[in-house]
Amino acid sequence: MSTTAGARDIIEAFQEVPTNSRLELLLEYSAALPALPQRYEEHPELLERVEECQSPVYLFVELSSANIVNIFLTAPDEAPTTKGFASLLQSSLDNEPAEIVLNFDESFVDNLGITDLVSPLRIRGLHGMLMRIKRQVKEKMN
Amino acid sequence: MSYPIEINPDFTGYAHPEALVSTKWVEDNIGQKGLVIVECDEDILLYSTGHIPTAVKIDWHTELNHPDNRDYIDGEAFAALLSSKGINRDDTIVLYGDKSNWWATYAMWVFKLFGHADIRIMNGGRAKWVEEGRELTKEVLHREPTNYPVVERDDSTIRAFKDDVIEHFGKPMIDVRSLPEYTGEKLHMPDYPNEGASRGGHIPSARSVPWGKAVREDQTFRTIEELNQTYRVEAGIADANDVIAYCRIGERSSHTWFVLTYLLGIPKVRNYDGSWTEWGSSVKVPIVKGEEPGAVPVSF
Repeated sequence: MSTTAGARDIIEAFQEVPTNSRLELLLEYSAALPALPQRYEEHPELLERVEECQSPVYLFVELSSANIVNIFLTAPDEAPTTKGFASLLQSSLDNEPAEIVLNFDESFVDNLGITDLVSPLRIRGLHGMLMRIKRQVKEKMN
Repeated sequence: MSYPIEINPDFTGYAHPEALVSTKWVEDNIGQKGLVIVECDEDILLYSTGHIPTAVKIDWHTELNHPDNRDYIDGEAFAALLSSKGINRDDTIVLYGDKSNWWATYAMWVFKLFGHADIRIMNGGRAKWVEEGRELTKEVLHREPTNYPVVERDDSTIRAFKDDVIEHFGKPMIDVRSLPEYTGEKLHMPDYPNEGASRGGHIPSARSVPWGKAVREDQTFRTIEELNQTYRVEAGIADANDVIAYCRIGERSSHTWFVLTYLLGIPKVRNYDGSWTEWGSSVKVPIVKGEEPGAVPVSF
């Protein structure tokens, strides 16, 4: 199992604040999710729908020749929780080597300390995004 | 009912138009004494991104559910919750939220378990308010805590348990989930996480009417003629006066409970909140797969 500097920073930030402030932090991440680059905005068909999420979330993973992963995620503004989750994964895994992403420790999700604050379906959505990111990385390595 | 009701031609024909208000009416009544606007969303962060001025937030997940049991909070916790939100027992509550008011009607149903008298749904919900460019604020208004009385929860009128469903066989039942959930196909989709039930399908004889059929594109409720066609004609409710609705965990079916009770005027409508996650995991209860409702079970 691996983790990344980005993921460690996020866990630290979430653990530092009291439980009831963690949602505000998630909202900040939500607002910080970068917009899709033009090449995906013009070609939404390239993006994969994350079926586990209740809101329409789409993602695409690119793998460079040096096996570095780039992650593109989009979620509607009307779904800030989902968008926040997308942003957490983007900040954790973008620009990381493929091996690190593939072995990324999923206990990251539990370590955020928000499982009592959001519904189990939401947590499932977050796992779904991670699962699909890993699957796309694997497919592109072959 | 203390607060004036909205007279609106759009609500013509609904059995209880007093349970509905328009976005315009809400805008005109912001800040009035005796009226509390409450937002309840599926996405619990949405309120913080901006809400109707003066609105308070109800978090369905952390505030309405019992912290341990699969149940709702009790009378004492409900009194403490509403007191902390600054809501009085005789206040008029206007509820609105995201996803076509799915969660607003869910909150209304829970509030009604405690008999809060005057609750109205803002037609079209949050999306319509935003679409119309009406004001949103991030400012959270401080409301003085109140002394909401402790009222015992009444589970006998609008709530159905599994045994009630078994006794109900032979009378109309509505499954408001999506068609793939109704047919049982969804639990078997590859890579699709389990929906929380061990079997797929629906309760025998229940008719499929996905909850979203009750609303238009702009998320307002359909006309009484359209609703009569959908529920009384196509779903076979006809003139029945006793209906049970269910979904996966009782949330989407609150929306249909609202439609059947307040718009169609069916006298006895119960929401089976155990819903599919209970029925589909129960030992020995009959299940029907596929698009046909299936016969009423004789014995099992």
